[in-house]
This record gives sequence, C-alpha cells and structure tokens, in this order.
Amino acid sequence: MDGSSRNDVCPQFLDLVPKERAWLVNRDEQRRRGLSEENKLELRLGPPGEDWSMTDNTMKNQRESSESLLSLGYFSPTTSMTQNTSINNSSSGSQTQMFSSSENPVGAVNLSSPWSSSAFQGKTQHNQKQTKAPSFLQVPSTLQSFPVLAQEASQPRCSNVVELQSAEKKAFSQSSAMTAVPNSSQKRTAPSPVVGWPPIRSFRKNLASSSSSRPASESQNAVADKVPCKKPVESCTKGLFVKINMDGVPIGRKVDLKAYDSYENLSSAVDELFRGLLAAQRDSRECGIQNKQEEDKAITGLLDGSGEYTLVYEDNEGDRMLVGDVPWHMFVSTVKRLRVLKSSELSALSLGSSKQVKVSSLESPRR
Amino acid sequence: MNYFPDEVLEHVFDFVASHRDRNAVSLVCRLWHRVERLSRQRVFVGNCYALSPQILIARFPGLKSLTLKGKPHFADFNLVPHDWGGYVQPWIEALSNSRIGLEELRLKRMVVSDESLELLSRSFANFKSLVLVSCEGFTTVGLAAIAANCRFLRELDLQENEIDDHSGHWLSCFPDSCTSLISLNFACLKGEINLAALERLVARSPNLRSLRLNRAVPLETLQNILMRAPQLVDLGTGSYVHDPDSETYNKLKHTILKCKSIRNLSGFLEVAPRCLPAIYPICLNLTSLNLSYAAGIHGSELVKLIRHCAKLQRLWILDCIGDKGLEVVASTCKELQELRVFPSDPFGVGHAAVTENGLVAISVGCPKLHSLLYFCQQMTNAALIAVAKNCPNFIRFRLCILDPTKPDPVTMQPLDNGFGAIVQSCKRLRRLSLSGLLTDWVFLYIGMYAEQLEMLSVAFAGDSDKGMLYVLNGCKKLRKLEIRDSPFGNKALLTDVGKYETMRSLWMSSCEVTLGGCKTLAKEMPRLNVEIINEHDQMEIGSDEQRVEKMYLYRTLVGPRKDAPEFVWTL
Repeated sequence: MDGSSRNDVCPQFLDLVPKERAWLVNRDEQRRRGLSEENKLELRLGPPGEDWSMTDNTMKNQRESSESLLSLGYFSPTTSMTQNTSINNSSSGSQTQMFSSSENPVGAVNLSSPWSSSAFQGKTQHNQKQTKAPSFLQVPSTLQSFPVLAQEASQPRCSNVVELQSAEKKAFSQSSAMTAVPNSSQKRTAPSPVVGWPPIRSFRKNLASSSSSRPASESQNAVADKVPCKKPVESCTKGLFVKINMDGVPIGRKVDLKAYDSYENLSSAVDELFRGLLAAQRDSRECGIQNKQEEDKAITGLLDGSGEYTLVYEDNEGDRMLVGDVPWHMFVSTVKRLRVLKSSELSALSLGSSKQVKVSSLESPRR
Repeated sequence: MNYFPDEVLEHVFDFVASHRDRNAVSLVCRLWHRVERLSRQRVFVGNCYALSPQILIARFPGLKSLTLKGKPHFADFNLVPHDWGGYVQPWIEALSNSRIGLEELRLKRMVVSDESLELLSRSFANFKSLVLVSCEGFTTVGLAAIAANCRFLRELDLQENEIDDHSGHWLSCFPDSCTSLISLNFACLKGEINLAALERLVARSPNLRSLRLNRAVPLETLQNILMRAPQLVDLGTGSYVHDPDSETYNKLKHTILKCKSIRNLSGFLEVAPRCLPAIYPICLNLTSLNLSYAAGIHGSELVKLIRHCAKLQRLWILDCIGDKGLEVVASTCKELQELRVFPSDPFGVGHAAVTENGLVAISVGCPKLHSLLYFCQQMTNAALIAVAKNCPNFIRFRLCILDPTKPDPVTMQPLDNGFGAIVQSCKRLRRLSLSGLLTDWVFLYIGMYAEQLEMLSVAFAGDSDKGMLYVLNGCKKLRKLEIRDSPFGNKALLTDVGKYETMRSLWMSSCEVTLGGCKTLAKEMPRLNVEIINEHDQMEIGSDEQRVEKMYLYRTLVGPRKDAPEFVWTL
C-alpha cells in the first residue's frame, strides 16, 4: 500500500503500482507539505533545548560522518529547515548535527547521522577506558548485512559501516564498563510509585512474593520487602496496605501491616479502626436514642477466639486462614486481605477450601 | 465480474481469509459486498462499542466465529475504573435470539457474567470454542455451565482472567459423553481443582492437544495426566514441586520421554528447580517456552534449561535471567522470533536485572527476532541503534524502562535517536511502545519513518503538542494511540479531527487536554464517542478550562453507549 495516498481502499485497489520514482516524489512532496503545514503552526524544527552540549571533538566527528554518509535521496530539506539549522549550528545541541546540511556536499538532510554521531558523542568523551570488548564484536559482521541506509553508493556505505562499527565498539566497551560497576553516576533511586507503572498486569506484580512463600522453592528474596500488594497503586517498597473488612460494617478499611510488628499490635489497631464504626452502626440502627451514653465497646479477643469477633485472613493462595498460627513475618508475606468475622460464624465457613479437595483426591481410585 | 454466478465468487472469496482482505473485498461493489457478507463466517470486532449486535447479525447471517474486544488496553494496568463497561451480555442475548449458529466466541478485556456464560452454553447447539483473555466478572459456576451444556466443546481457553473460584467441581460437570476436547486451559484459576475429575477428563479426550493446568494440580497428577495424554502438543504445568528423589519424580522422568510431541511449555507457577532436569528431554523440540510466571527458577537454572532449547521460536521469561542469561539465549536460540522479558521485581530498587547489553546480545544472535517486549533498568541510544541494525524485521517493539523518564545513562541524552533508529530501520514495524526520557524529536522520527505503524503507546514523553501532531500527521496507518502523562493538549487534539475516524481509538490520560477541547471535538465529530472518565465527580461544575483526567475516544456507528456508568461522560 502506498504511503502517498489517503486511506481510500478502492483507488489503491485499482491503481497500478506507480513507478518508484513517482512514489518517492509523492512522498517527498507530502513531506514538504506536511512540513510547511507544520510551519504554519509556527513549529520550529530546531532542537527543543540547549542543554545538549557538544564538544569540538564531536563536532568534528560529526562532520566526517556527515560527509561520508549517504543522503536519503528523497528527503530534500525545505528552505525553512536549512534556515533553522544554520541558526542551530551556533547553539550547542546534539540534534543539530542532524540538520547541519551546510557541510554536506549533497545538500540533503543527513537524517542518518544522529544514529552514528550520538554513538560517537557519548563515547568520545569517555574514550579512555577500553575494557574487555564484549561479545558485541560480532556486531561488525552483521552490520555489513544489515546497513541502516539502504541507498545507492557502496563506497560511502562501507566507510559508514566502519565508523559505526568503531562507534559500537566504543559504545559497548564503555557501557559494559559502566554497568560492570554499580556506580553512583547512574541514578538508582527507587522509582516513585506511579499508578499503572510499570505497565504489567496485576498478577505479575506479586510473583516474587508468591513463589517465595512456598517452602519448596529456594529463594533469597527478602520476604519482608516483597509483600504482595492488592492494589498496584500503593508502592510496595513502603507500607503494606491490605484491605480489612468487618462483618456488619459495609465500608472496609485499609491497614498498613508494616506499621506493626506483632499480632497484638495488629489486633489493637483493628480494634481502634472498627470500634467507632461499629458504634456508629449501632447508633444509626437504633436511631441514636439510647446509645449515645454508652461507651464504645472495645473489640477484644480477636486472636484467641474468646471475643465476639475473630480475625481471619486470605492468603496468597486464596485460602481463608486463622490469624496467629505462623510467625509474624511469614504472615505478612502471605496475607492478601483481612477479615473480622463474628466468632459464631466461624464454624459455618469453610476455612481453606483445600481441605475439601484433599479429601476428594484421597477418594480418587488412582493415586 | 457480473458474469460469474455468486457461487463462483463465493468460492474465490473462500481463499481470502484475513479480516482486512475480506473487508476490502466487500468495498468493491454491491455484488461483492453481498456475496462476501453472506459467506463470511469469522468476524473480528476490535471495539465492541463501535457497532451493535443487531448490525452484526443483520450483516453476517452466516456468522460462526466472533471475536470481541472491550476495554481499552490501558485497562490492563488499572488505568480504567472497574465498571467502565465492555459487557458481553447484550451480545450473547442478541445472538441467542437470532438464528446465528455461533460456534466460537473469543473475548478480550470484556466483562462476562455467569449468566452470560450460561446463556451462551444453552443457546448454541454446535458451540465449540470459548476463549477468554483478560476478562472478568464470572466464576467457576459459569464454567460449570459451559462444561455441562456444550456437548461438542473443543476448546476452553482461559488466559489471565479474574475468576472468582467457588469450587473445583466445574470440571466434574463435563459429562462422560464429552470426548471432544482439544484444548483446555485453566491456568489462571486460583482455587482448587477436582483432580480425579481432571484425570478422568483427560483419559476420555483422545484429541487433547493443549492442556494448561493451574497451581492446584500437583506433580503426581501431572504424571498421571502425561501417561494418559502423551500426544499433547502444548503443556502448562501446575505446581511443579516434588522431592527429586521420590518415586513419583522418577516416574515423571520416564513418562516425559514418551511425550515427544510437546512443542509449547509453560506454567511452573510453583517450582522446585531440582526437578527441572526431568523436562530437559522435551526442551530439544520446544518452539515456545513461557517461564514468565516461574519466579521460583533462578538465573542459573534458567540458563541451564535454555541451553537445551535450540529450536525455540518464542520465549517469555523473567528478568532474573540477567544479561548473561540473555547472551546464552542469543547463542542457543537461533530461531528466536518473539521474546518477552518481564520484571521479576517491578517496584524494587534491585540490581540491574537486565540492561541494554542483554538486548543487544539478543539482537546479534537472533536475527529473526520480530516481536519484543522488554522490561529493563536502563537503555542507551547506542544499544537501540545496534539493535535496529541487527534486527530490521521488527513488527512489534515494546520497550519499558522501569524508571519512566530515564535518559541514556551513559550520555544522559534522551532516547530519541535510539527509537528513531528503530523506526527508520524496521520498515515493517506495526506496534511500538516507548519509554525513557523522550522529547518531541522521537515523535518526529516516528511520523517520518514508521509508515506501517498501527499501534503506539506513549508514557511520560514529549515536550509539546508538536510531538503528537507529528505522529497524527505522519503515521497513515495508525489505528490505536494511547498516551499517558505527556504534555499534549488541545492543539494536538483538535488540529486534525478527521484523523480519528480512520483510527479505532485514542486514549489520553493525565495530559493537557481540557474539557473544552474535548467538547469541541465531540461537536465536530458526531461519529466519535468522546468519553471522559472522571472518578472525582467534578464534571458538573467543571469549567471548560479544566484538564481532563482520562479521555477515551473511538469511532462508532451507534452513538453514545447506554451502559456507561456515572463516572463516564460521553460528550
């Protein structure tokens, strides 16, 4: 399908394939048109900023490369573009290398130059260190079969490729040097929590923790760090917020499990969270007549079954479990949500559906 | 063409298989349109709100297979509120009331209820195939209905759905007379499974080719299943945990040797790495390997495993494989076409799991690579340029740098040049996702070079409206554009409003677009639904200057939808 025509299906269907030159001209015109339209919007194709510094070294390298580089024949610059570029030549910006066509004998825009020059530019400044060249030295051989610029002249192409090769070598020896040392120049600050970032689905986010909770798989992951987060909105590096619902209270709360270090603390926190809500419920039910004088009843005995309510949780396998059996840190690593149930209803519930199935697998005729 | 009887045309059209080609055929003339629509059996609807079930049924009475997609892509990352829409119920109701003999239904990002599933199972006598991807709203009760009522069911494929698990008994609902199963995938189910029923089902399904288990299925059951079904081509293990010195494990090793047909392997949701050697014999013939959920396998074991997989074409893996591991992949898997590297520690500040070095190594060793999804800690322009040169065949290139505005760490430059090289070199690129520090330049390059681009995902990129305009002007084949947290505003949105009717949809969230801009757009383009999603309920009192939090617009034949919730306002 031509890039030049609009999106009508029928005309393309019946069009004879235009000669390549005509097609290229069309595209060229369109680009010019497109670019002039952009100019009408007062777009300047100069570099957005001036923070990209360019040393003399890189400028020289860029000129070399731009002379030897092939021009992409069908991208002739508009006058406005060259105007802009002359302005930009004076300012320091790496992107100007792209449009400094004044040096270029062919007069075409060397849109290819940024690819090589940026490789140069970063590396010429760090030229000194040449560490062991990694396996990327295979790159040269493949480069010859995959040139970026599939254009006419072969001479310029070879030199282009060679330059790129050396750029690559420098680039990769440099970058391997950089990454070999966990250094301070790279920002290693924790990414701040952003909604929906990184773009992965919810069940991928809890992988590390859900596998580390199984005793069979050996994992050195610090369990406390990788607590499963129900909502990806919260940052998992600080604060583990899990939902907590209580029977009879329609609105749930959230608790930060990292704020507690024991079951007792959690239990009292739960008491605080819901005591008021429960009282409010009672108030509203009984039209607030009698209960204003009554003190809010404390919620106790959550952990030992002695109180009116009992604390249970849902673990990362989806089972409902009684809170308090496992060590605190193990609990924190597997808990997904909490629930405060009426103790009287405990027996009615199936605590952990796994029990049901284990029975059935025992019943099965096959082992 | 008038001289051909319709049957001849129809016969010719039988050879035209792809949706786009058939759509093109139907535009030629009225006669072709009629013949095409009457003979069409497979229909793909990329946006369920673009048309109505009635239109579909009227046009394609011979419909047998329907694919429907609902929510926008960013719903995968929790950017779309829960009740936004995408309900399949009206579709199933309409289809069941018609004379359409539906045989296959494939849904993606739709809300499916148990009653929908039940209605589906009872309405179509010949129903054969149900594929649900990233759907939600149903439980195992709905699955039980499908199992019980679809007498000729061949395929039940549940991929990454949110399913409420009420019990494992749905498997027992497959009647004893059901022997037609070819593909069964319930890996995303979180709860327990009736293991005996599973084994019996496998035993009476001689055509079973694809079976993906969930984590509730232990190794013993896997062993039994493989004994019964050595003809499997696609296997997803459940819990792959056992004592390697046990009898069961030994049996498994021998059983696996008989499974010579396995070409796809996945699962390992729980894994004991010492049991992995049992699968080495099948690795030799694997073409597809998905270990992206296998957080229990560490880098060194992964590498050992992969060394056996010389014929691999598709690999999904976690970044704990590391750059060194990717070098092994590069030297072993010469046929690799698709690679996905997922983050194992998305929020951690850990050591750099994979970097640009791993990607470059892959590009050097695997020239056939055409699809990439790569989550990494950092990327450099030089690396992207090298990748562009080594692999000019990219169709899908999705890069995600975990720190979303990170520049090239070596040069501290934006990554414009790197991505520019990709779009310039990969002339067949259809899908692109950007990340890292990016300015308007990258969009200029995309507009200039990415001629085949159909889908573009942008986050935290660009400096001004120019960026978005470069893309809208330049990418003639653009169908889906999704942008978040980028400084594009009304000028970018409104300069070429006609463009949106050539696209399926546009998503913009946390950008500079205002309510006034959206209203203008909606007014000028009545055949677009411009939806504003505002969860904070300020719409009524909001002024036109107010920035819109989330906007989703799409072309449609049927005007504003009637099932929009309160927080969605169609202008």
